Amino acid sequence: MAAIPSHASALERLWALTFRVICGLVLLFLIAPILVIIPLSFNAEPYFTFTERMLTLDPEGYSLRWYDNLLTFGMVAPDAPRDAGWWADAWNNATWVRAAKNSAIVGVFATVLATVLGTLAALGLARSEMPARKAVMAILVSPMIVPIIISATGVFFFYSNPGLPLPKLALDPPALRLDFDWKLAGTYLGIILAHTTLGIPFVIITVTATLTGFDRSLVRAAASLGAGPVRTFFRVQMPLILPGVISGALFAFVTSFDEVVMVLFIGAHDQQTIPRAMWNGIREQISPSILAVATVLVVVSVALLTAVELLRRRSERLRGMSPG
Amino acid sequence: MAEPGAAALTTADGMPLRAALARASRRARLRAALLVAPLLLFVLVSFVWPIGQMLLRSVNNVQFAANMPELTAWFAANPRGTPVDEAAFAALAADLRLAAASRTVGTVGTRINYELPGSRSLFTATGRAAGGLEPPYREALLALNPDWGREELWTVMRGASARYTANFYLAALDLRRDAGGGIVRVAPEQRVYVSLFLRTFALSAVITVVCLALGFPVAHLLATLPVRRANMLMILVLLPFWTSLLVRTSSWIVLLQGQGVVNNVLVALGIVDEGGRLSMMYNQTGTIVAMTHILLPFMILPLYSVMKTIPPAYARAARSLGATSWTTFRRIYLPLTVPGIGAGAMLVFILAVGYYITPALVGGASGQLISNQIAFHMQNTLNWSLAAALAALLLAAVLLLYWLYDRLVGIDNMKLG
Repeated sequence: MAAIPSHASALERLWALTFRVICGLVLLFLIAPILVIIPLSFNAEPYFTFTERMLTLDPEGYSLRWYDNLLTFGMVAPDAPRDAGWWADAWNNATWVRAAKNSAIVGVFATVLATVLGTLAALGLARSEMPARKAVMAILVSPMIVPIIISATGVFFFYSNPGLPLPKLALDPPALRLDFDWKLAGTYLGIILAHTTLGIPFVIITVTATLTGFDRSLVRAAASLGAGPVRTFFRVQMPLILPGVISGALFAFVTSFDEVVMVLFIGAHDQQTIPRAMWNGIREQISPSILAVATVLVVVSVALLTAVELLRRRSERLRGMSPG
Repeated sequence: MAEPGAAALTTADGMPLRAALARASRRARLRAALLVAPLLLFVLVSFVWPIGQMLLRSVNNVQFAANMPELTAWFAANPRGTPVDEAAFAALAADLRLAAASRTVGTVGTRINYELPGSRSLFTATGRAAGGLEPPYREALLALNPDWGREELWTVMRGASARYTANFYLAALDLRRDAGGGIVRVAPEQRVYVSLFLRTFALSAVITVVCLALGFPVAHLLATLPVRRANMLMILVLLPFWTSLLVRTSSWIVLLQGQGVVNNVLVALGIVDEGGRLSMMYNQTGTIVAMTHILLPFMILPLYSVMKTIPPAYARAARSLGATSWTTFRRIYLPLTVPGIGAGAMLVFILAVGYYITPALVGGASGQLISNQIAFHMQNTLNWSLAAALAALLLAAVLLLYWLYDRLVGIDNMKLG
């Protein structure tokens, strides 16, 4: 389908053209919903649709009021003069600013945990000696497959009443489980651990994929030259698989950054993240502020996509494949 | 039997080679297992165990037995079919008095209410008057409320007194036990869940088919265009994939709602009039459109990676042997893309069956899926056991599909972006 050959019949030309129109429409379907919210977020009116003034490109029809609203909504004194005290108020009290801070805290810690544990495990899984490889892989990838509502329900019960199974020991009274006093529901740690679990499959998948292209003889070469396993890992293996590790980390971050059901089930009011605040916004008081947040998030996802694409190309170059 | 020469083979430090190799491979296995161990332990504790515990909740049934000990003992001593005698009413009265004193009568009432709506008030009202009950208890209780004589109530109480029960699974399948202990379907107006499961599977199938129909041409285009242009177009597929689910869901609300962009354009073009605005949001249409958009990249990416490996020479060979373009597609190209179709369709279907957020926000009443019903029981009715039973059934379906996916595609071959 690269180019229409010169010997093609009229019917084939017509079909090739129709095919491209169909593909164009599907791609439009994919991208249009994301693009359409960007101009609408600059709407001067509290509507979700293009006003007449917007369509005639009248500057009066556009404004930054919904972006301003992102800063002021939830503040103690939004109308005070905008000095240092106003900015401190926004930083500490504005709903969306606090949500962004929560999302960043949870996302960063969950990503670091998932990436470190996931990369270690992927190194083990990529070895042919790994016992029960397929079964372990299936368990580690399962958080991605199990419907989120089931994971959230399970985690909700566990975090509200944590305990671990015990074989029937000579305890008095005989117990099948060990209960803990502390609770993870409504804490940052709880959400971070839950999001770590959800991010792990992405790290495992991307890092094991990178490792399949890794030449094991490099490790043996390093060992024969006298490097220990730790040194070999950091000096030889790590630089080569780093692009895969970073893109796994970005996947894990996005998973946490976009996750709402876990937060809905186990998060307290203090731990409201951006998706959770959007969820509330869509369900309760739908206002164009949502579109302003959405636009900011689209910009974030463009940045993430660019980063992952650059990493993918670098990884392919490092592994001697043709750069895309 | 080892050959005589084999026994002589030793390593430099005099160890038999066989033993040295066995030790080395044992160490290699241990090293690999140790690398995986921390994560496996973490996932087992923070994910597998909580889900197992939740599943246990779907058969666990202590609310009644723990608070109504004497009546539970009477049920245990008298098999199903025994007439409800004075001893049973005496046990009931004693338990109600106890439960009212320890303020657990509401818990018991709620438990019975799951299966026999309206019973909670019967328990709480009788609990308040339980202190003044005098023998004969049968007459006293029936005088307070004739509902205590209902055969149905006693059947439900008997079912609730068991330590473990399958009743929540029966409820999740629109079934119940009748007075004789047989399994019957609930009244037609109460049949909710079977049709909801069917709707979930049907909508997921529709979404999968639509995704395949839309994704196939695009994947083919991407796989056959020159690399540079294909990468440009690939961004259009990957950007939605990386964009927040809530962003995409809210943009569909903006586009499709009654006063939304699409309706406004249709009205402006005169295709529909002001009164005839299409309702595309807060119903099944909204769910299908938004979920198709969200899941389409999961169809395109596996299709693309399979199509990329199909040599164009095959199609050219078929054409040179006289096949029409349709025959070439049907007999050569399509069979070669089947692994990609399988992988994409399985992935989209698995993800669609468990979807929660999008149906909850744009589905209205008719576009809700089984996940939404689980959340409803978790958050509103607080019938957690029924929620757990529904979740277990959904999980069983998803794990079956996951197993099939592993057999057909292999988890190792799962790729992202």
